[in-house]
Formats: sequence, structure tokens, C-alpha cells
Amino acid sequence: MIVDSYRFLPRSFRPIYENVRPDGTDPVWAPFEKRLSDSRIALLTSSGMFLEDSQESFDLDRERAEPTWGDPSFRTIPAQMGAIGLAHLHISYDDILDDPNIAFPIDRLTEAAAGGRIGEVAPRHISVMGFQEKSLEGWRKLTAPGIIELLHRDEVDGLILAPV
Amino acid sequence: MPVLARWIEAAGIPTVLVTMMPDLATKLFTPRTVGVEFPFGHPFGLPHDTAMQNRVLDEAFHVLAGADRFGTRVDIDLEWPIPRKDAYKAWQPPEPSPIVKLWIEREMLNRQ
Repeated sequence: MIVDSYRFLPRSFRPIYENVRPDGTDPVWAPFEKRLSDSRIALLTSSGMFLEDSQESFDLDRERAEPTWGDPSFRTIPAQMGAIGLAHLHISYDDILDDPNIAFPIDRLTEAAAGGRIGEVAPRHISVMGFQEKSLEGWRKLTAPGIIELLHRDEVDGLILAPV
Repeated sequence: MPVLARWIEAAGIPTVLVTMMPDLATKLFTPRTVGVEFPFGHPFGLPHDTAMQNRVLDEAFHVLAGADRFGTRVDIDLEWPIPRKDAYKAWQPPEPSPIVKLWIEREMLNRQ
């Protein structure tokens, strides 16, 4: 089966996605060399998830004032995450708050490690808010280098990214 | 997000993107893609449906560890169990996002 990428998109939004241009076209490739059952896996969600008790929300007030801007910062989510909030003006929160695993499947990942399907769950995971300025400058200059440093430091073998 | 996957992959960390828009991922030269035909906000499926969530996660593991070439894309053959018009309404925010409000004001959306 071939997924219809536009099945749930308002028809008037379609040209916006069809006109997106790539940032780069070279075939970037990091071979996955270990056995999955010996590997440490991390998650990245674009849902604007943050830890309600200890982290600031993403900046939605500025986005409301400057609609072409999106908060480019990121949050580090520990494997044992506790209560979460969401900050993303482009989706409904209802189902993710009901079960965060639909966007950030940390419980399923933990079970996969317990069952030996993967080696282990990375100690830290990543959350960004997916709506970004067209230039992607914030992500390019600060967020991506910050995420890469964290993943290297935690010796992560593979990353599963899930945009919302 | 495809761009984040590319930058992280270029730094030596293997990535896989689980996405509702695999055509966009392919177009933006994502290294490894798993496509799902689910409403936005639900890349791993329905709340509390652990079987569906595991199906998507296992496919992500499989493609992450098993793909042998750049640009690998695997689409998951699962149909969203809620009627399209209900699911289409349910994923959207309670009010249009700031950028959509701006597009509407500037009549940038081709309303059909």
C-alpha cells in the first residue's frame, strides 16, 4: 500500500507542501552497524512537549504576535518523564494528552527494551515544536548542534523522529 | 523535520522518520522513512492501542536497523479505523493557527 500523504490535510494547504524545496540533496547516510538488540535508541517528537513541573513551555505568545515565527528551542525529555504539557498551535492536544505514546512512544520503547527487541532506551529524548520559520536558522544554528551533542554524549545508536 | 533527520544523520547518528507525509519526506531527501496514513498528531496511532503503536514502532526499528540504502521508504498498510471526516476534524486545533489566520486574511489559501 502507498500512503496518501494528503488524506488528512485541508485541500487548500496542499500547494504549500508541494512547493517545499529541499535544504540539501546529497545522500547523507550513517550505517546502522550494531545489532538492534545491543542498541540504544532515542526518540524525537515535534509535538512541543515539555515537562510541566520543571520546564518552560515553547513560546506561543511570540508566535501569535509573529505568525511566521516558531520557537526553535528544544527540550530534553527523560525516559521517566512524569507530567507533560504541550505547546503547538497547529494540532489538537486531546489525543496526545490522553496517551502521549501516539506521538512519543516512550512506554512502547521501554517495553521493547525489556523484551530484548532493542538493547536499551536512551536516558534522554528530544522535543521540538514543529512549526518553524522558513529559513530554519534557529534550528540550524542552535537546536540541531545541541541535539547532536546530546545524542553523542549519550552514545545513542539510532534516533526515531516523529513529526506531528 | 526531514531537515533535522538529515543534519543528525550527517553527524553520524542513524535516523528514521515516522511520518504522515512520506511524499514530503522523500522529496526532502530523508535518509529512512516510515509512512503512515494517520491523521496529524498521531504518528504511532490511536491512544491506548498498544498493538497499533507497536506495529509502527517495530517497523521503525526494522527500517532504522535494516535499510541498506539512502532514501528507503516503507509505508505501513494500516487503515485509520475512524471515518475520514471525523478524523479530519478531530486532529485540528480548536482555532486556526496564527499562520493560517494570516493566510486567510491575505487570501493566500485557494479555498475550494
